[in-house]
Amino acid sequence: MIGRSVEKEYAGLVDAYEKAGGSRDALTAADTARLVIHENKVLGAEGIGGLKIDTREIETGVDIHLVVEEGTKIKKPVHLCFGVLPEEGLQEIIMKVDARDNSEVSVIAHCIFPNAVKVIHRMDADIKIGKKAKFDYKETHYHGENGGIEVIPKAVVRVDKGGIWQSSMTLSDGLIGKLDYNFEVFCQEEAVAELIVKAYGRKNDDIKILERIHLDGAGARGLAKSRLVLSDKARAEVKGETYGNAPDARGHVDCIELVNGTEAVAIAIPIVSVTDDKAKVTHEAAIGSVDKRQLETLMARGLEEDEAVDVIVKGILK
Amino acid sequence: MLQVENLFLNLEGKPIINALNLHIERGEIHGVLGENGTGKSTLAYLIMGSNGYRPNKGKIIFEGEDISHLTVSQRAKRGISLAWQEPARIEGLSVLDYLSLSGSKPGLKRIYEILQMVGMDPARYLSRYIDATLSGGERKRIELASIIAMQPKLAILDEPDSGIDIMSMPIILNSITEMNKQGSSVLMITHSEQMVEMAHSVSVLCAGSILRTGPPAEMSRWFKENCQSCVHINEPTLENMG
Repeated sequence: MIGRSVEKEYAGLVDAYEKAGGSRDALTAADTARLVIHENKVLGAEGIGGLKIDTREIETGVDIHLVVEEGTKIKKPVHLCFGVLPEEGLQEIIMKVDARDNSEVSVIAHCIFPNAVKVIHRMDADIKIGKKAKFDYKETHYHGENGGIEVIPKAVVRVDKGGIWQSSMTLSDGLIGKLDYNFEVFCQEEAVAELIVKAYGRKNDDIKILERIHLDGAGARGLAKSRLVLSDKARAEVKGETYGNAPDARGHVDCIELVNGTEAVAIAIPIVSVTDDKAKVTHEAAIGSVDKRQLETLMARGLEEDEAVDVIVKGILK
Repeated sequence: MLQVENLFLNLEGKPIINALNLHIERGEIHGVLGENGTGKSTLAYLIMGSNGYRPNKGKIIFEGEDISHLTVSQRAKRGISLAWQEPARIEGLSVLDYLSLSGSKPGLKRIYEILQMVGMDPARYLSRYIDATLSGGERKRIELASIIAMQPKLAILDEPDSGIDIMSMPIILNSITEMNKQGSSVLMITHSEQMVEMAHSVSVLCAGSILRTGPPAEMSRWFKENCQSCVHINEPTLENMG
């Protein structure tokens, strides 16, 4: 039984965070902005000069408002830790991000559900990236081996002229459970969007991914990339969509799904569309088993077949 | 060290390797010279045991053991390795990790030496991935480096010069010589007369059979006179078949 006092909850979450690859030091360092949330409780929230984090606990989760002031360049990554430690629970993160003009920040988020049997983690994010601002968001999940979790991250990102949005989400530790990922980015002139999802689906994991990028401004660029490895009875449907709506917009959809065994199911649906004759968007989607030449290359160095598969899978999810 | 005896391979009903005999001595660099489509790469895959390349007839004997039935891993563990003509690109696998995973488990210092040996700056390349971001020539040199790191008893090099720029050729030749000095026998598959100059002996391959074996200069001359001007490539005359 997890203790309900804030100290115990914090200690439990930080332990789990560390096990999931997070840095305990980053959650205590004075020069690092951070936010630690367990279920609907804010256990720690520290901004730093030029970066403000406001939070409000609600019944099912937490409202977060993160502001990076104009021209502020945050040197060290901001650390976010979201988790539910009990076997059952609901966590809804409603996030509003305002990265103002010429700001720059990198955010590392760990989402931790090590004991989940019946847990829902939902995120609804409304994100604004200002002119020439840069926002890098890396999210890593740790789910444990029960697979009783639903992860439903949804985000709408608006990137103003010359701004850069880069996000990656990795789910390779523990069973994914059910994932319904939906990120949509609107890019203005010369703006850049990069969406990456990496996931290792096993057992009965059920994965749905939608990455959608609108290149609405001249010279906007976008990449919707996904890397999935599926085994057992895991199932994945990946939609990568890019719309080139302005002159010189350049976009690419890149999806690779590796299937191990005969029962896993992988579906890839790339959609590329242009409404401006000077825009160009391309796609590549590949689904299949582990490449034989890659396997033999590693086996010719002395690895057994299963060791070689492991190296290839880890590389894809790296 | 390696004895290939009366080897046959048909692929999709077509004979690719045809009564092939080949003998490689320990410590030797042995060149196999042949035009395109004569079965050079197929011979490499047969010796390495690649999927789909099991002989229909004949034996591959390595250090006294018939290895024809062994997997690629088993052959690698016995000391055979192959550098492919077009090496695989592997996403997310760094040069450092790739060179480290070879059987001999070289340390960082050794990996530095090996990269320098193949003309690559370790500081620039160690953390690079062996994926599509490397040029063809860079990937080839990394492949050669990984073979050197492995220190196999027999290194099969399939067209080690392809994709390598002229300026870098001496580096590749020196690396192969050094690998040989460090104890690896080398089976070098090529269509380049320049490459076989460094070999101790050379066999000429045509239509899946070895036509001649002898000293490099003599075999190069014979190859030039009989194969490069040949109007019936892969259909050797009875006279040429000796």
